[in-house]
Amino acid sequence: MTIDWIDFTPMAAVSGGVLIGLAAAIFVLFNGRIAGISGIIGGLFRPGTGSTAWQAAFVAGLLLAPWLLHTVAPLPVVRIDAGTGTLILAGLLVGIGTRYGSGCTSGHGVCGLSRLSPRSLVATACFMLAGFITVFIVRHLFA
Amino acid sequence: MFSLLSGLVFGLGLLISGMTDPAKVLGFLDLAGLWDPSLALVMVGAIAVGLVAFTVAKKRSLSWLGLPVHLPTARQIDRRLIAGGLTFGIGWGLAGICPGPAVVLVGSGDARGLIFVGAMLAGMGIFELLERRKT
Repeated sequence: MTIDWIDFTPMAAVSGGVLIGLAAAIFVLFNGRIAGISGIIGGLFRPGTGSTAWQAAFVAGLLLAPWLLHTVAPLPVVRIDAGTGTLILAGLLVGIGTRYGSGCTSGHGVCGLSRLSPRSLVATACFMLAGFITVFIVRHLFA
Repeated sequence: MFSLLSGLVFGLGLLISGMTDPAKVLGFLDLAGLWDPSLALVMVGAIAVGLVAFTVAKKRSLSWLGLPVHLPTARQIDRRLIAGGLTFGIGWGLAGICPGPAVVLVGSGDARGLIFVGAMLAGMGIFELLERRKT
């Protein structure tokens, strides 16, 4: 393993991480809910549960974040190598997988691990492992 | 109001941490190449704050606003959880995008983010259809 010292941004990573933790803290302490993004978006497919308003408000906050940041600083670069076909396949897998697995990086990875949930630990290990293997296959076996 | 605020802070955290850049996420997932540990530190920062918040929340039945505290009650580690996690991981590894950054990319007007989110919503829709057919 070789560490990529040029791209490694420890200060930005930790401070951004603290903000993410703070967002999850606000959500559970004031709203009493888990800030799990796939669950919140997936919940919008089930109207009439009385949850639609806060779910939509949370998503609106995510959508507005780049706009707010842009008023004080330039937006960070976005580098996407994947073509349209890969993006569509990846999106489908992420959509189906996060709903079957009841969570993604936020719900299981951040909130679940913070709750010390064994279920979330297993889910996080599964998606991390699959992510590592997928990137290895794409970058090193087929490259 | 707090939902909007939480989403906003979450999105800012994703942007500042660099996690809205798929190449950076893939740099973390590429253990065999030049490895960028940033994502691990994002998790450390988030969980450090989260541990405190959830320790407080676990002891309460009502939130600071007087709303019921809904913490997950499921405990079983079953095939759905594992297969779902693995499926999500494959998609995550293909594009370097997970649901939070995907929505933020749409907010910044990125067309590729829109394609990804469209497919992700379709995936979630397929899940809903399959679930409803079972009952």
